Amino acid sequence: MSELVVRDLHRSFGGVQAVGGVSFTLRSGDLLALIGPNGAGKSTCFNLLNGQLRPDSGSVRLDGTELVGLPPRRIWALGVGRTFQITATFASMTVVENVQMVLLSRARRLFGLWRPAAAQFREPALTLLGQVGMAAQADRPCGVLAYGDLKRVELAMALASEPAVLLMDEPTAGMAPAERLTLMALTAGLVRERNLAVLFTEHDMDVVFGHATRVLVLDRGRLIAEGSPDEIRADPRVQSVYLGGEA
Amino acid sequence: MQHRRQTISLLAKAAAITAILAAGLAGGLAGGLPAAAAETGPVRVGEINSYTGLPAFTIPYRQGWQLAVEEVNAKGGVLGGRKLEVISRDDAGKPDDAVRVAQELVTNEKVDLLAGTYFSHIGLAVADFAARNKVPFVAAEPLTDAITWAQGNRYTFRLRPSTYMQAAMLVEEAAKLPAKRWATVAPNYEYGQSAVAWFKQLLKEKRPDVEFVAEQWPAQGKLEAGPTVQALAAATPEAIFNVTFGADLAKLVREGETRGLFRNRKVVSLLTGEPDYLEPMKDEAPEGWIVTGYPWEQIDTPVHKAFVAAYAARFKDQPKQGSLVGYTTMKAIAAAIDKAGSTDREKVVDALSGLTLDSPVGPVTFRASDHQSTMGAFVGTTTVKDGRGTMKDWRYADGTAYLPSDEAARKLRPAE
Amino acid sequence: MSFLLVQALSGLATAATLFLVSSGLTIVFGVTRIVNFAHGSFYMVGAYAGWSLIERFGGTAAGFWGSVAAAAIAVGCLGAAMEIGLLRRLYRSPELFQLLGTFGVVLVVQDLAAWGWGSEDLLGRRAPGLKGSIDILGQSFPLYDLVLIGLGPLVLALLWALFNRTRWGTLVRAATQDREMASALGVDPARLFTGVLFLGGALAGLGGALQVPREAVTLQMDMAIVVEAFVVVVVGGMGSLTGAFLASLLIGQLQAFGILVFPQITLVLVFLFMAVVLVLRPHGLLGRAEEAPPTAPAAVTVPLAAGRNAGWWALALLAAMAALPLAVGDYALILLTETVILALFAASLHLLIGLGGLVSFGHAAWFGLGAYGAALLVRHLGAPMPLALAGAPLLAGAGALVAGWFCVRRSGLYFAMLTLAFAQIAWSVAFQWYAVTGGDNGILGVWPSPWAAGKAAYYWLTLALCGGALWLLRRAAFAPFGYALRAGRDSGLRAESVGIDVRRFQWMAFVLAGAAAGLAGGLYAFAKGSVFPTLLAVPLSVDALVMVLMGGIQTVAGPLAGAAAFHLLESEVMSLTDWWRLALGLVIVALVLLFPRGIVGFVAGLRGRA
Repeated sequence: MSELVVRDLHRSFGGVQAVGGVSFTLRSGDLLALIGPNGAGKSTCFNLLNGQLRPDSGSVRLDGTELVGLPPRRIWALGVGRTFQITATFASMTVVENVQMVLLSRARRLFGLWRPAAAQFREPALTLLGQVGMAAQADRPCGVLAYGDLKRVELAMALASEPAVLLMDEPTAGMAPAERLTLMALTAGLVRERNLAVLFTEHDMDVVFGHATRVLVLDRGRLIAEGSPDEIRADPRVQSVYLGGEA
Repeated sequence: MQHRRQTISLLAKAAAITAILAAGLAGGLAGGLPAAAAETGPVRVGEINSYTGLPAFTIPYRQGWQLAVEEVNAKGGVLGGRKLEVISRDDAGKPDDAVRVAQELVTNEKVDLLAGTYFSHIGLAVADFAARNKVPFVAAEPLTDAITWAQGNRYTFRLRPSTYMQAAMLVEEAAKLPAKRWATVAPNYEYGQSAVAWFKQLLKEKRPDVEFVAEQWPAQGKLEAGPTVQALAAATPEAIFNVTFGADLAKLVREGETRGLFRNRKVVSLLTGEPDYLEPMKDEAPEGWIVTGYPWEQIDTPVHKAFVAAYAARFKDQPKQGSLVGYTTMKAIAAAIDKAGSTDREKVVDALSGLTLDSPVGPVTFRASDHQSTMGAFVGTTTVKDGRGTMKDWRYADGTAYLPSDEAARKLRPAE
Repeated sequence: MSFLLVQALSGLATAATLFLVSSGLTIVFGVTRIVNFAHGSFYMVGAYAGWSLIERFGGTAAGFWGSVAAAAIAVGCLGAAMEIGLLRRLYRSPELFQLLGTFGVVLVVQDLAAWGWGSEDLLGRRAPGLKGSIDILGQSFPLYDLVLIGLGPLVLALLWALFNRTRWGTLVRAATQDREMASALGVDPARLFTGVLFLGGALAGLGGALQVPREAVTLQMDMAIVVEAFVVVVVGGMGSLTGAFLASLLIGQLQAFGILVFPQITLVLVFLFMAVVLVLRPHGLLGRAEEAPPTAPAAVTVPLAAGRNAGWWALALLAAMAALPLAVGDYALILLTETVILALFAASLHLLIGLGGLVSFGHAAWFGLGAYGAALLVRHLGAPMPLALAGAPLLAGAGALVAGWFCVRRSGLYFAMLTLAFAQIAWSVAFQWYAVTGGDNGILGVWPSPWAAGKAAYYWLTLALCGGALWLLRRAAFAPFGYALRAGRDSGLRAESVGIDVRRFQWMAFVLAGAAAGLAGGLYAFAKGSVFPTLLAVPLSVDALVMVLMGGIQTVAGPLAGAAAFHLLESEVMSLTDWWRLALGLVIVALVLLFPRGIVGFVAGLRGRA
């Protein structure tokens, strides 16, 4: 059982408050969606959680350990994995090598100067790729993959570190609707299977209401609602600032 | 499929590398074809200089030695009928390239001896190579004292008067000046540093009352004229010793004139009287500086006049300092080979040791003690005549008078 | 007091020239992201063209200033021509290739200028009406310098107006911020870039022509100014005009007053200053973070091919090379020895560039440090060759350990310039510390032990050591270490988020590359018998870059082929003609245009298509 406790996060840029007082708790088994209109502060929120940005104040604790102030790689090592909104894989490597890199990093074997990397952790990497349906493309260079496939590779890379908490920044952005639902179904399955705690942002409301166990609504840097998908759908404030605004 | 592709690409890589190596080797081998010099073939001299690095000085030098080679061959060559042949190479201004080229000349071109170089560090590199490979080397132009003293060796000889000798010639004049407060400006490398060091030491020996009140060390080729001139003026020296040359000198002169640095101040300046440096300044050449140099148009000994005439006829050009050095270098080599009576390297070295020849400016001897030639320089005062810089009130300072005794010189060299 | 004032004014005059030249460089970089080595050549051509025109027409004030303007415009046209003929074809190439292409132009222009204007220094006429000096508090100050001092801010103001008050300028600024956006605005980027190169060239030409009344025009002007202009641009912040202005002012004053305090410091002052600024401010004084490091080899998406049989091919090549002494003569062996050494040198740089995406402009520092390490051990401690050879990579590695710590904290061009600064500092120490390093006269008598003194023996030794080092480098490239390095290059963000400490890997790679280069340098010292400061100098760093790029950065074998091709080409051409720079420059330009993936990439591509 893991628990990510976020308390009163604040961050402003040049006097403009991007995130102002966000608090929530994420537990194993959660598939928590963070939604909000463009510019609501979702990405900033994400970057505060994974260490890419430092909050002005507030705390993020993973099972009691303070994450604020740690560099991203330390936060990762403590069990917080992530995927990126705009895919970022190692383009000069093959699909399986991308996953192997994560496995090597987790095993602290990266400083090896002798044994070829390609021969290490290949089997476990292939297994992971099998789980996200990418085994067939394992030896293709990542630089030539289709967008949807890259997202799957990202997922495999995130899972490779066996995280307790997974942060997914728009995991389905840029994908076709059918593909989105497949990927989220896959993610949901993995969450159950591995008892992960997942926080994801998403624009597609079908994805959100179809898969999230709970939903957080962010507007102008503040959480305005939190609840089950049904509660959020029914919340008039959410409808006015978000759903209403977009309709 | 994937696997085959990789193999093919590796094959291709290996092929590319081999092809390149083969091409290069073919070049190297082809160079080796001129077979070993037969007893009757030409005597081959390997010549190295910074032709692309410093063309302004090395091209006149090349014309000088070309003239000498032609004269020698017109008179029947050396060793009673063998032609003198020069294989010339560029060193790109880099000592490591010079060493490689020297090797190429010795092993592929089978040259009997080496000559040339302008920069001191390149001269030293080739001298070291010569000593190791036991090849005679006549260093033409490098000025550093090290080449005949601290780093001297059995196989290396140097023609041009060294930094020490030229500094000593100028000190003789500087000591006569009333000035007591001196400033120095010199390029920031060995040549500039040792020129200033010798000048200070020798002048203090003659005039214990002088003091040196300022020194400037601009980077060679990057003199910041305004600030440097101002800094010199601020020290209010009574006289200035200058070692800068070339483009730096032109900047210094221009800026110094504009800012009045030279007003009521004597300037003593190394090499500035050489036409190579004086002529580009045209009518802005400094007036009244005490310099070493080469007033070629005023030297009216028959032998020198003949040299100037031959040079002008051959190249439609007037000689520079480099022309004189190049010409005399090759004449000295021809004389040494004739004296040795063979191209045997050890015999040529023995012949060069103590060799005396008549240069256009007078007799020159390569001293047996330190392998430095006694070629001198002209000491005089700069002036502007007919819109161009020249020297007046000059005299020929024979190098013999400005060298330490044989005894003292031997002590400066490493033990053999 | 009056002296200090006049000294400050002198510094301002220096600053004006620096600003003119570096403003062009920074504008060109800002828009095209091209690091234009040929900018110094523009300056030199401006000076030569200015000299010719001023000699002819410069008798009157109108003629003089007209000549200066005409020279600037002519050089601007040259810049535009270079954009159309060369750079335009390179925008899609890796940025390093653009750099290499402009370097080819430098070589070509050097020889063409020598051919056109002769090799003698040319001292031009002074500006009519501005020959004298005026009295400032009892000190003479040249009138012409006063004009220059005024010209700096004037040009800054004009450029500001151009970029902020005209449509063209607005478009250029848009393109500076976002190339894609500019083309989305319906602007033909090609024409915009031609215009920018014209402007950059004209500014450099103006700076050059304005020097005619101050100093002699020489063939060495190009390299002297371009390095300083780079320093100004980097200190000011790449692409920032006001930054360049500020940096020019600071450097001008620094030089004016630096020589008062410590006259010997002239060689390193600006580089020390740059190093300090970059250590304190990652993007220079007024620069912004780069959206993408200009040197990231974006085109490199092809995985490094390990290939099961690579080892066998390498062994076969090694065996063939080991057998060569039986077939070839002494000189060929020396060429081969040097080639093998340079191959290791190039491969060590490739480790940084090809795997780490770190372009070093000062890699010769480690080669030279290794050479000096070996030579110093021999000279001062009388060490035998094996000990000296062991010391070479250690000293170079130690140097790289210190410099690398600073360098890897910067990226892209700032990284490159910081490496250059360290190399310059190392060079000037070797150049000036006469008691220890022998200054520019170097250290002589560094010959191999008797058992390795034969040409063949030394060749075999070199082959064994370099082959071993290359093998280790190759293992490292395919080991997790090399992958981690590539991961950091491909996506630093992703690498950090999967636990890879990118900087640490870059630092380690820097040390490893430095040590390998140091071993190459040590071997080179014994091959030559002497070491000189030229082994640490900028030209050798550039040579190394050329070798790596010639071979192609995508493959491990590339630098080896590049080193072989470059060295043999240079040594052969050099003995054939005095115009070897022209020939080499043309070869480089052709290579960049025709084989943008390097020799090995090209050959592999041919085979792949067949």
